[in-house]
Amino acid sequence: MMPDLGKYADAVLSSYAVSLVLLALIVWLSLRRSKRIKSDLEEVERKVKSNG
Amino acid sequence: MSLNSLWEYANPKKFIQTTDRVLPWVAWSAALTLVVGLVWGFFFTPDDYRQGSTVKIIYLHVPAALMAINAWMMMLVTSLVWIVRRHHVSALAARAAAPVGMIMTVIALLTGAIWGQPMWGTWWAWDPRLTSFLILFLFYLGYIALWEAIENDDTAADLTSILCLVGSVFALLSRYAVNFWNQGLHQGASLSLDKEENVADVFWYPLLVAMAGFVLLFIALVLMRTRTEIRARRMRALLARERMGA
Repeated sequence: MMPDLGKYADAVLSSYAVSLVLLALIVWLSLRRSKRIKSDLEEVERKVKSNG
Repeated sequence: MSLNSLWEYANPKKFIQTTDRVLPWVAWSAALTLVVGLVWGFFFTPDDYRQGSTVKIIYLHVPAALMAINAWMMMLVTSLVWIVRRHHVSALAARAAAPVGMIMTVIALLTGAIWGQPMWGTWWAWDPRLTSFLILFLFYLGYIALWEAIENDDTAADLTSILCLVGSVFALLSRYAVNFWNQGLHQGASLSLDKEENVADVFWYPLLVAMAGFVLLFIALVLMRTRTEIRARRMRALLARERMGA
């Protein structure tokens, strides 16, 4: 299944590895911040509401 | 859709409501398209007769470079909307896009260096396109740092919009540097309306799918991050109001 990358295997595989790690990182960071801010906002809104 | 109805999305509540429905579709389309494009390119395309298997790097390098430039162009448009119309959502969308654009620039620079080593015999050259891309990366860093450094959201939006206008020169240069200077190691555009300049169809079709995947991923991330910025801004406003009332 794995294609024969010949003498350039290191270059091709490292390009894919670096790119996929960076893409996964930005997706993960974006999701994490989205969840955190959403729950923080809900808490602040609850607090503001209870304070009138 | 008229221009007036487009401005409705400048309302943060309307933006959140609309993206609630749209975002899952865009995100799953991005994941699917990206997987299809990269698997097709990596596993089911032949080696190039000159570049060997390194041609497979094109499915990452070209889409990332495309998005690095177009992310800045999107930031330019939304910054101009902020300057002219003072819509907060547009300023926050520009802020949301910057880290995604920066990651795309880093991918383009790194895959370019890794590809350049076996093909040109060097990781780096002070070639017009490479240099303008490096400057674009520095502009992304500066833009993100400026947003973080200024506490007042409106002042930050004003100053980063000006920085975005200046940086647009380098975003355009990184796209057209090869044409302007006609020198350096980097080739011209991989995709062109001129058939003679284009890559062969066997590489082109999976490349188009990979590019579509990167575009959709960018849209999904910017929508999600803009929603986050809208919520963060509301939270700061509520906390400030609380402090004033205390």
